[in-house]
Amino acid sequence: MSVLANLRYTNDHEWARDEGDGTYSVGVTDHAQEALGGIVYVELPAVGTRISAGGRFGTVESTKSVSELYAPIGGVVVEKNDGLDVAPEAVNDDAYGAGWMVRIQPESSGEFEALMDAAAYSAHIGE
Amino acid sequence: MSELMRTPLFDAHVAAGGQMVAFAGWEMPVQYQGKGLVVEHEATRTAVGLFDVSHMGEIIVEGPDAEAEVNRLVSNDVSVLNDGDACYAVLCHEDGCAVDDLYVYRLGRERFLLCVNASNADKDFAHIQAVALHPERIHNRSNDFAQIAVQGPNASKLLARVAPGDAIGLPRNFIRVHDWKGANLLVATTGYTGEAGFEIFIPPELATPFWNELMAAGGDLGVMPIGLGARDTLRLEMGYPLYGHELDDQTTGLEARVGWAIKLKKPNGFIGSEGLKRRQAAGLPKKLVGLELLDRGVPRTDYAVLQGTEVVGKVTSGTHSPTAKKPIALAFVRPDLAVVGTELAIDIRGQAKKAVVVPYPFVTPGSAKA
Repeated sequence: MSVLANLRYTNDHEWARDEGDGTYSVGVTDHAQEALGGIVYVELPAVGTRISAGGRFGTVESTKSVSELYAPIGGVVVEKNDGLDVAPEAVNDDAYGAGWMVRIQPESSGEFEALMDAAAYSAHIGE
Repeated sequence: MSELMRTPLFDAHVAAGGQMVAFAGWEMPVQYQGKGLVVEHEATRTAVGLFDVSHMGEIIVEGPDAEAEVNRLVSNDVSVLNDGDACYAVLCHEDGCAVDDLYVYRLGRERFLLCVNASNADKDFAHIQAVALHPERIHNRSNDFAQIAVQGPNASKLLARVAPGDAIGLPRNFIRVHDWKGANLLVATTGYTGEAGFEIFIPPELATPFWNELMAAGGDLGVMPIGLGARDTLRLEMGYPLYGHELDDQTTGLEARVGWAIKLKKPNGFIGSEGLKRRQAAGLPKKLVGLELLDRGVPRTDYAVLQGTEVVGKVTSGTHSPTAKKPIALAFVRPDLAVVGTELAIDIRGQAKKAVVVPYPFVTPGSAKA
């Protein structure tokens, strides 16, 4: 299972990526998609929604189960991945790429840096 | 919590990448690494799947009056069974509600095998001991049997290679003895997937070598071990009830729409038949329906079913059907709403998602006999 070096991670298996323009992309990790199995539905907040770090921002449904999504960082949703409406399996196929979920414009600094780095997350999932 | 039990196939599951979870007091594979629920589900519908169902309970009823005893205990009419025949039935409380649902196998005139749910095996046995005419002739033999289900369009080909015998080619609901390396296997043409296939009762010490031989012999047939996850989606696509969801101690088989297995006109009745008649006369409070979700989302157990803003029922089981590729559910609703085409909604995290009552089975299995 892959853990990418340039991302930050949560205990709940979300990842965040610094897009370099002041926004951060968010998704679920490869480990999470593997555990969830075939993903059939992703429910995401509308653009403009304000979410707080650690707060619930959406839901992933697989054939097997339903899982809540928790925001790695707080802020405003500036973009969501509408492609997942028609192809939710992108989360399984490409968790860190086509399976991204929302892009967040943070309202306070330091939350990204406080997340786990790849080494810590790898240890967290026992790899 | 007490220690989880393990089937004889535990090590085989772990070696195959089985993700082990607690289920009904047992440590069972929910799916296998590198495959997963949907792949396993599709393999069963298109090729052949192996299921470890050793956690199921087995109760033997013996003696000259075994047929009358069983006929008094269960809802279906077992007097029509010949040796080697099987039927589905409900075990009822006096009030008609379900102690369990089960399969009855007539092994001989004086020997019946009851196959019951793992979660209920002890409860069932205690109930039967309390109400039976000859409790001393009824034995909980759950520890003496492992059980492997072989299900799917290639099931017959696979079993014919490993343990050929009389069950191969029979339609549903028979049981025959097959020889495997000098041991007797009880091979039933039953299952919980809708596909053709077998449920095989086997001595526990032979379970792993037999399983390994099936796996080795079936490579070109697409054989795959199947976890509990796919076992559940396969049965749900067929609308088969799962105890604890569609049936429980407060629910009758009439409400769960297995009335075809409830023979209220059996000459001497059965335990629960009077209760069922009373409930039927009074009007059943709920009825099981199939629902298809028209909006996006996945219905799950215990979600409320709505008509407008009024709660009119509850989802008992739901999933995204891997075969039909759409969200489906079984639900109890008010009886007047249990009509195909009725437009309802399911409350999914506070949003009313459109649903419609549909007939079930939700899919037409590839290989199931009529």
